[in-house]
Parts: sequence; C-alpha cells; structure tokens
Amino acid sequence: MNWLLAAIQTLLFAALAPLLAGWIKWCKCRLQNRKAPSLFQPYRDLIKLTNKQPVVAEQASWLFTIAPYIIFSATVLAASVVPLIAVDLPTSASADVIVMVGFFAFARFFLALAGLDIGTAFGGMGSSREMTISSLAEPAMLMAIFTLSIAASTTNLSGAIGHVLNDGLVLRPSFVFALFALILVAIAETGRVPVDNPATHLELTMIHEAMILEYSGRHLALIEWASQLKLMLYGVLIANIFFPWGIAETFTAKALSFGLLAIIGKLAGLAIFLAAAETVVAKMRLFRVQEYLGFAYLLGLLGMLSHIILEASR
Amino acid sequence: MILILAYCAVLLSFASGLLALMMNQRQILLEFSRYWFKRFPDGNKFGRSVLENSLKERRYPHLLRQAVFVLLGLSGIFAILAGLSILISKSVVIDQISLGLPWLPWHVRFDGLSGFFYLIIGIAVTAVSLYGPGYVHAYDESQHPFAVLGLFTGLFVSGMLLVLLADDAFFFMIAWELMSVASYFLVAFQHENPANRRAAFLYLLMAEVGALAIILGFGVLASFSDGFTFDALRESKLSTTWASIAFVLALLGFGMKAGIVPVHVWLPEAHPVAPSHISALMSGVMLKVALYGLIRFCYDLLADVQWQWGVALLILGTLSALGGILYAMMQPNLKRLLAYSSVENIGIIFMVLGLSMIFMDNGQPQLAALGFLAALFHAFNHALFKNLLFLGAGIIHHQTHELNIDMMGGLIKKMPQTSKLFLVGCMSNSSLPLFNGFVSEWLAFQTALQVDVLDNGVLRSLIPVAAAALALTAALAAACFVKVFGLIFLGQPRSRNCIKAHEVKDKGMLAGPFLLAGLCFFIGIFPGGVISLINSVAGQLLGETLPNDSALAWLWLAPFSAKQASYSPPLVLIGALIAAGVCYWYLRRNPLTVMRRAETWDCGFGGLTPRMQYSSSAFTMPIRRIFAKVWIIDEQIHKDMQGAMNQDVAAVHYQLHIQDHSWPRLYLPIAHVVNSLARQVGRIQTGNIRVYLGYSFVTLLLMLWMIS
Repeated sequence: MNWLLAAIQTLLFAALAPLLAGWIKWCKCRLQNRKAPSLFQPYRDLIKLTNKQPVVAEQASWLFTIAPYIIFSATVLAASVVPLIAVDLPTSASADVIVMVGFFAFARFFLALAGLDIGTAFGGMGSSREMTISSLAEPAMLMAIFTLSIAASTTNLSGAIGHVLNDGLVLRPSFVFALFALILVAIAETGRVPVDNPATHLELTMIHEAMILEYSGRHLALIEWASQLKLMLYGVLIANIFFPWGIAETFTAKALSFGLLAIIGKLAGLAIFLAAAETVVAKMRLFRVQEYLGFAYLLGLLGMLSHIILEASR
Repeated sequence: MILILAYCAVLLSFASGLLALMMNQRQILLEFSRYWFKRFPDGNKFGRSVLENSLKERRYPHLLRQAVFVLLGLSGIFAILAGLSILISKSVVIDQISLGLPWLPWHVRFDGLSGFFYLIIGIAVTAVSLYGPGYVHAYDESQHPFAVLGLFTGLFVSGMLLVLLADDAFFFMIAWELMSVASYFLVAFQHENPANRRAAFLYLLMAEVGALAIILGFGVLASFSDGFTFDALRESKLSTTWASIAFVLALLGFGMKAGIVPVHVWLPEAHPVAPSHISALMSGVMLKVALYGLIRFCYDLLADVQWQWGVALLILGTLSALGGILYAMMQPNLKRLLAYSSVENIGIIFMVLGLSMIFMDNGQPQLAALGFLAALFHAFNHALFKNLLFLGAGIIHHQTHELNIDMMGGLIKKMPQTSKLFLVGCMSNSSLPLFNGFVSEWLAFQTALQVDVLDNGVLRSLIPVAAAALALTAALAAACFVKVFGLIFLGQPRSRNCIKAHEVKDKGMLAGPFLLAGLCFFIGIFPGGVISLINSVAGQLLGETLPNDSALAWLWLAPFSAKQASYSPPLVLIGALIAAGVCYWYLRRNPLTVMRRAETWDCGFGGLTPRMQYSSSAFTMPIRRIFAKVWIIDEQIHKDMQGAMNQDVAAVHYQLHIQDHSWPRLYLPIAHVVNSLARQVGRIQTGNIRVYLGYSFVTLLLMLWMIS
C-alpha cells in the first residue's frame, strides 16, 4: 500500500511538472503585459515532440542517444525521494537527501557528456559552463541542507520535514539563512534568470540550451521534461521543508487530498514569486555567477554557524 | 594455515621476479636441457618435447612473460584468499622468521587490518597480471629489458605484502625500503628520457626522507620501551608531547608516501613516467600501504589518539582533496591528471580518518568506528577505480601513443569496450550513485554530520566547513572527469593517431579492467559485504563496531538507525531500471518515429573541424578564472600580424603553463638552503693533500685524547 502510494506520488510529480512550467510562463507573460499561452502548452509541446521523428547527428555515439533516458530516470528517482503530498513514504527511506543530490549529479554528468559528444563548439561551451556553475552550487546547496539535517539530526527528508512539523512555527535564524541559500541555489541549478535564461539561444549567454542544441524529437522531450521536473523538485523542497504545513502525515484520503491542495497552493505562490523576480532582474554576466553562488554558500555557512552558536542544545 | 596463504603470496611474487631474470638465460637453459637429456636419455618423452618446444627462440620470450605474470596473478589470488580468510575468521596469527638480526628475528603478525590491505593488494595485483602480458609486449627488448621490469615488479609486490606482515620496526623498515627502492627502479624503467630520470630521483629522494621520518618516529616510541617489536612499542608509556612528536614524524613519513599536500610533488612526476600497470599499482596500492602504516602507527602503536591529531589530519586532508582535484583539472597529461586525482582521494581518506580520531578522543567510539570504516572503504574503492583508470590510460596510450588529452577525441567509436570500462571508472571517481565511490562518500558525509555530539565549539563549526569542502571536491571531481571522458572519447578525433586507433586485441588487457569495473559496480550496489569485513577490522583495532550489525544487511545501508539516514542501492537500481525501461519502451513503440541520422548543424558555415571543439584548457577556463589564486598561471597570447599597417591577424599562438605553488614556496627554498650549506661544508675540502693529512692528524689526536 505504502509503495503504491509512493509510486502514485512520483507519477503525480512527473504529471504536475509541465503544469508548473506552464503556470510560471503564464505569470511571467501577464507580468510583462504579454498575451499568455495556455497553461497546458507544455503538455502539448511534450506530446508533439514525442510524436516527431528524432534527428541525430552523424557523429553522435551511443552515449548521445541513451543520455536522455538516463537524465530523465535519474531526475524521476530524485523526485521520488522528495515528499510531495505525504511524509514517511518508503521511497524516501531508500535514499536520503545526499543521494538526491547524487542523482542530480548523475543526470548532469550525462547531460554534460552528451553536450561534448557531437564535437561542436556550442556543446563544449555549455558543458564547461554547466559543470563550473554546478560545482559551485553543490557545496552551497549541501551547506544549506546540512544545516537542516544537523538541526533535525537526520538526512532523511521525511524525517527533517517531520522535525519542522513537530516544532511548530518557531523563527529560527538558521532556517532563514538556509532558506535564502537554497532559493539562490535553486535558481542557479534550474537555469533561471539571473544565472541562465531558459528562453534564450544567444551563444554568449546560453548554458543549458547549448548542451541540448543537437537534440530533437523524443530525446528533447525527455530532457525538457527532466528539467521541468527539476524545477518543480526544487520548488517542492523549498515549500515542504520550510513551510511543511498541510502535508499529509497519515495516509487517509482526506489528509492526502488536503496535502495535494496544499502543495499546489504553495507551488503556485512560489511560481508567482519566481516570475516576478525574473521580470524585474536582468541576467548577469557569466563571471559574476561565482559571486552570486559564493553569497549563497556564505548564507548557508551563516545558517550553520547560527545553528551551532545560537540554537544547539548545549 | 592462513599464514601459509599469506607467505605463499609473498613467495610467489618473489618467484615471479626471479623468473623474469631467466629472460636472457635461454642459452644456458638450452644447454642444461641438452645435458640433462643426455644423462637421462630415457626420460619422459612428452616433457622433453614440451621443454624443447618452449625453448625455441621465437616462443621463449612470450612464454616466459606469460609465466611471470601467471605467478604474479597467483600471488594476487593467494593474497585475496589470505586476506579474506583472516577477515572472516576474525583471528590474529603470530609467527617468527629467523632472519634478520641475531637478537631480533623477524616478527610476523597477520590481523584484520593487514588482511584488509592484503585483500586490496590482491585484487589489484590480479587485475594487473591479467593486463600485463599484453601491455609489456610492446616494449623493445634491447632497450627496455623485461628482466628488469619483471624482477622489480615482483620485488615491489612482495615488499608491499611484507610491510603488511611486519610486527617489528626493523622488519617493517626493511620491507618498506624494499618497496620504495624496487618502485624507484620501476619509475626509472624508461631511463633514456632525462625527465624520467629526474622524476625517479625526486621520488627516491622523497621516499628516503620519508623513511627517515618513519625511523625517527619508531625511535621515539622505542626510547620509551624495551625493544623494537610492535608488542614492546604498544606497551610504551609516552607523555602527550612525545606521542605528538612521534605522530608528527609518522605523519610526515607516511604522508610523503601517501602524497598529501604539500609533500605530494613526487606523485605527479613519478606516476606518468612509469609503465601504466606499474602506475596503477603505485597509485592504487602503494599509497594505501602508506595509509596502512599511518593507521597501524596511530591506532595500534600509539593507541591513545588525540583529537588535535585528528584536526591536523582533517585540515591536511581537506587541503589535499581540494588542491588535488583543482590541480588535476588543469593537467593535459592523462596520467598526471590521474596522479593528482589520487592526491585528492588520499585527501578524502585522511579527512575521514581525522574525523574518526576526533570522535575517538571525544568519547564517541561508535562514531569513530564509522569514520574509520568510511576511510578504509574509500581506500578500497579508490584502489579499485584508480587501478581501472590507470589501466585504461595504459590501453589508450598503447593504442594511440598519446597521453595528451588535447590530442585525443572520438575514441568511443574506435574503442567501444575500453570506453565503457573507462566510463565506469570516471563515474566511480566522480562519486555518482550506484557506484562504489558514492557509498564511501555518503558514509563520510554521515560521519561529518554527527558533529552535534561534540562539545568543542571550534570543532563543531570546523567539521561542517570541511564537509562542504568535501562536497566541493566531489563536484569538481565530476567536472574534471566529464572533461577527461568527454575529451578522450567523445567528439571528433583531434590527431592522426586517434583516427587510426582501434580496439586493443589482447583479451587480457580488457579482462583486467573488466574485473575492476565489475567490482566497482557490484560493490556500489551491494556494499554490505565489504562494510561488514571492515567492521570486523574496526572491532579488532578500535574495540568498537558499528552499533547494529544487522542494519548493514545487503539491502539497506543505515549506519545508525533507519530513522536518521538510510540508503538502499539495490532499490535505487531497481527504480532506475523501471523508470528508464518504461520511458524507453513507451517512446519507441511508434515505428514512424525511428531515429534518423543527419549532418551536424554547423551554423551554415560549411564543415565542422576537430579544432572547433572545446579543448582541455578551454573547458577548464571558467574554473581557472574563478580559482585563479590556486595555481601559478603563465598564460601567453601571441599574435602574428600581417597586411597593410600590420593590422590583420594571421595566426594566434596560445601558451599556457600551470605550476604548483609548492615548488617556489616550499621546495626551492629548501633546495637553496641545502645548496648553501653544502657550499659551506665544501670549504674544508681544499684539494690539498697536506691539509687533509693535517685533518687526519688532528682527528687522531682528538681520539687519543678522548680514549685517555
């Protein structure tokens, strides 16, 4: 029963991810006084791509064609670890938050290799930048997560959320710092403005798009879907760790449906925040990113120190 | 019984070395066999024909090489058996060999810790002996005699095995020196190149300085005890100050061999110049023997570890891990890069070992056991994947005659098997889930996150920072190995050698790496077995194992309790297979959407050339710019101008030299001081015989005066 619930939650994750992407686009269009596409446009794009014949460059090796499957399944696995509507599901015990970061690394490893496989300058450029940014973002993210896991004395995401739920609404300085650090990292890792612009194909600025330039058809669909999943995953992490109220602690129909409504509401709110931020902030130069991520790391470190100095029991 | 297995391993590797000496003795063997059959003409006909056949000029070298590596492989298998049986039986075996000094026979002790490192050496040696025959085939016998290579390989392996058996300081140092000196000759094997001779000399110098420090460390212990046996040294009662002095000496000595920053400089010089299977052994195994020495010295002989030592190890380890991977990233030479990556991994091991010491002294033996376990497990994993990568580098070098990764590319199509094996090594080294490197890093993170139990505020804030540095290291390692795999195997070939390259023909050269890659994956999925083996080592050495042995069942990995942290690689693998399988099946069901091949998009400029691809220095440019202070970067761009007013650029020359900070900061000043001291001493050597006679006279007078 629990395993079934975990599988349903993972499927729900995958099913809702394009909707979130559509909603962000909708909000952004409205904020910029443009006419918005339908909320379901991302679904239509994915279906269209899966029905198209994929074109693969002659120089591509086997790695290029299997990479999308690996990227997608690694991202789905990462999503299965994160509690979406209920805590204490068995999947979140089979892998903890460090393994989740490992899945991201796995997907990124293959994405970067796929970028290098064709042997064009764009692919190499994208891979190089992606690996640079992610290698700076990963320690910042783990610093924020370590703050939480030391406070909750567990690296299990369900356990950490349960800890926050039990404590009730307390303003902890460490959590505030960790929250801001995680938001900064999330923006960098999901390739949003100001680090990367998902809408651009300008060679000087693109990062994610440069790596997947050669992909088409179902391969592109998988990669696009994986990146939508990743965006949603970071949103859920922020929403459920720092504002876990509403998540189902018992597996009754009422609690679960309430949990679903709660997470949809929280994500919709976060998406509005993201769209507003993307509307008012301009993309920064590539070599400013390290300052941005250094700041995120510093916030994470401050969170950790304030936990150790101010909040720890002794 | 177990000890016989262990002795067999040593003797077999020794025998393989001696057998290699027969390479140039074919004539003598031939004459001997003729003499023998003349004396016993009615001997075994079959044996005679076999012997004569194998002594034919064309077959003899080939057969002898095979035989040498078979013996070496048997030695590896015996070492595995010996290690496994001592680990499973959880016993300690003691023996004495009546060799050595008259009042100090060689003491032998074979316990769990030795057994575990025996296992590591055994696996590595077995893989290398599968790989070896094909690899050494390419050497020209007149220039690079196999007798030398085989002899010193055998001595090197037996030296390493003897270090693990030693139970007195004297025997330990003899075995240690055997290992160091034999490996010196292996590094200097291709001595026609001055750079190789220089690297080998640097290695020998640092190995001997390290050995001196170890001897002094033993000396400090011995001065507080009666005798040189480890049993006597264990009994010695040292004050904290003297124990710390002994620790610093041991750290210097063993650290020099293990290659921690800043005494790592011999590693990136010596590893690239040795033959690839030797660099695999040096990097995968010899560094682990140094680690064994440090663990034996601190946990067993000194026993009473101090948390300050742990802090020293933690800081040095963090520096090595970060420095190692950052330097690795900038290397265009594949084997140099792998050598620097070894520095990184040794750094990680030292970090976790330091954590274990800190917890030990703070009265948390279970956490100390966890840290110890993570350190040994990472040592084991590093031995597997670094061996694999070095053997892979050997195959690439063998097939393309190229070690510069900027001249490679596109090998995934030319060498499909090698590329898959190498990919496993890269993924393992980048600590991606499902592979063994990830499990040990996961355990390392879990150890670091238990910092809440400590009372000391400085430690409580230092350890999480070290954990974040570990995260940075892992992420940079992933970037580095994306670069390595991407530039070597993907894209278009960048040189003629790579266009002409093809898969290696020798089956053994693929079998060795295949064994290691299989183990990397298998242990990544089922780490429980190895972990319970290490757990018994921790039980013997620290007197404490992990709390709940059943929590380490084959399916779940939960060091404390499932509530705190758990990881189940088999379930993750099943999940990954389901997810990938479903979308693979679903997306390819429509026959209309079969894949079509087309030309690569070239922006309409007509023709992509290999030179348009990103090179190694281009790939790492952002990182080079962000961490610019870490290296000494000498970057020169020179433009050839032409045309009217000298305005057109005809060609651009780009030069990049990256140097280690430790040379100008640490080694050149030391070399300078040594030189100037030598010049001072040189003053008494006037070259005048009367002055020398005067010295003799004065010395004689002084001695007479002292005696009377």
